[in-house]
Amino acid sequence: MPHERSSHAETEHAFHAALWGSEPPDGVTALDSTEVSQRFKVYRNNVQHSLTRALAARFPVIEQLVGKDFFTAMARVFIANNPPRDPVMLRWGGEFAAFLASFPPVSNMPYLADVARLEYARGQACHAADADPVAPDALNVDDLEALKVSLHPSVSLFHAQYPALQIWQAHQPDTARKPIAAGPDYALIARQPDFTVIVEALDPDTYAVLCDLRDGKLLGQAARKADPTTALALLLRHGLIIDTGIGAPA
Amino acid sequence: MQQLPRTTGLGFKPEHFRDLMAQPGAIGFFEIHAENYMGDGGAAHAMLAALRADHALSLHGVGLSIGGAGELDKDHLARLRKLIDRYQPESFSEHLAWSSHGAAWLNDLLPLPYTQETLGAVCAHINEVQDRLGCRMLLENPATYVTFETSTWSETDFLTEITRRTGCGLLLDVNNVFISATNHRFNARAYLAAFPFASVGEIHLAGHDTEELPSGPLLIDSHGAPVADPVWTLYEEVLAWTGPLPTLIEWDTDVPEFAVLLTETARAQQYLDRASAGKSHAA
Repeated sequence: MPHERSSHAETEHAFHAALWGSEPPDGVTALDSTEVSQRFKVYRNNVQHSLTRALAARFPVIEQLVGKDFFTAMARVFIANNPPRDPVMLRWGGEFAAFLASFPPVSNMPYLADVARLEYARGQACHAADADPVAPDALNVDDLEALKVSLHPSVSLFHAQYPALQIWQAHQPDTARKPIAAGPDYALIARQPDFTVIVEALDPDTYAVLCDLRDGKLLGQAARKADPTTALALLLRHGLIIDTGIGAPA
Repeated sequence: MQQLPRTTGLGFKPEHFRDLMAQPGAIGFFEIHAENYMGDGGAAHAMLAALRADHALSLHGVGLSIGGAGELDKDHLARLRKLIDRYQPESFSEHLAWSSHGAAWLNDLLPLPYTQETLGAVCAHINEVQDRLGCRMLLENPATYVTFETSTWSETDFLTEITRRTGCGLLLDVNNVFISATNHRFNARAYLAAFPFASVGEIHLAGHDTEELPSGPLLIDSHGAPVADPVWTLYEEVLAWTGPLPTLIEWDTDVPEFAVLLTETARAQQYLDRASAGKSHAA
């Protein structure tokens, strides 16, 4: 015997379906039955509007780049296919970059996906776990080659084919216009001890060293790619080294 | 769980953090939406911990979908439990509404029919919540824009029966009462006369928007305006029955300066003071 839905589940199912449709669900009523549609529309608008604004709050530069009206229309499509999976909205939007990369109406703006990845990483850095930085003298060790560092949980190392960092920077308030150079762009995204989220441009060498350090390689190994001084100074300046250790050479 | 003080509180907005820290006596308690504090760390938790040190805290959930047909999200209950263990709030409250369907979360409080079946489902959910969180919860009455043909219970009877079966308390949102009464053309005073006041642990006040429909006004729960005069009047009448109760001003959209919120809490405090004077006078 097929499983039968309860009337409660039936009602919820119809209500939910109608949120994405144009007619109110059966069984929903109002004192003046000619107004059911207008009344039901409040729920439809609330759901659309609140999710759209939550998405725009997470991706403000994407909204600036495509314009508010276009963003709202595009958000409808994204939300229908990628609604939040749980009530923790601060995690939502991880699929937005992939959506932008494959949404035909924005195929003439191929850099959008990279900008979205940057904006999402900033949001995740805001809410990453807390950890105190080590004192700068923690790096005073005998064998610097064997030093290992643990980076703050908010650290993400960003690499984009398109000049996403420069585009993002150009859309920050009070930023002077400067020409955008062709990509790729590299950046360090992380949260400082004062809770400011930094987005700092990197040269490719520093990016490579930081990737090695993040992956747990010894300083001596990372130094084979480039001089690690810049990377270490950057990490110390922003309070992003939370532990150090001495590892066996590879 | 301790109790909220019978004074005024505010829904916390991060933009008012400095104001609140500078004037720790300005409000008696503050309320947060639990879901905004479910990240691992960062400024949100640092602000919450700092405020918590000097204020009573009301934890207000918007994500449990207690009125939904499906099972409660166990992971979400675990996240709530973690927040409660960490911050030890004086109160935990949620809504008589549903907000998720299948794997999708809808970020809105949606209505349910009031039937024998939904009553059973809501009570089972509340029992599970109270069990998992290890505390008594308050359930908030909704603002609604439509009703259901299948409803066989009045909202007040439905809420009363829920408190009887589960032992939960209620969060009386006076603005929601006024909105639903206006939208469904029933008498707010008759609704309140049937409300189980003995179970009320907190009151919410907020502003609403108005749309004009051919049959009359449709009020929308916007939390983006001052509390309307008819809502203040109803609030005063409620306090005459209940005596002073913890009272929260909610303002979630177009959030004004802190001083504007303090004029709202000051007005609520006047009614609370009058209610406690009236009570001691009667005694």
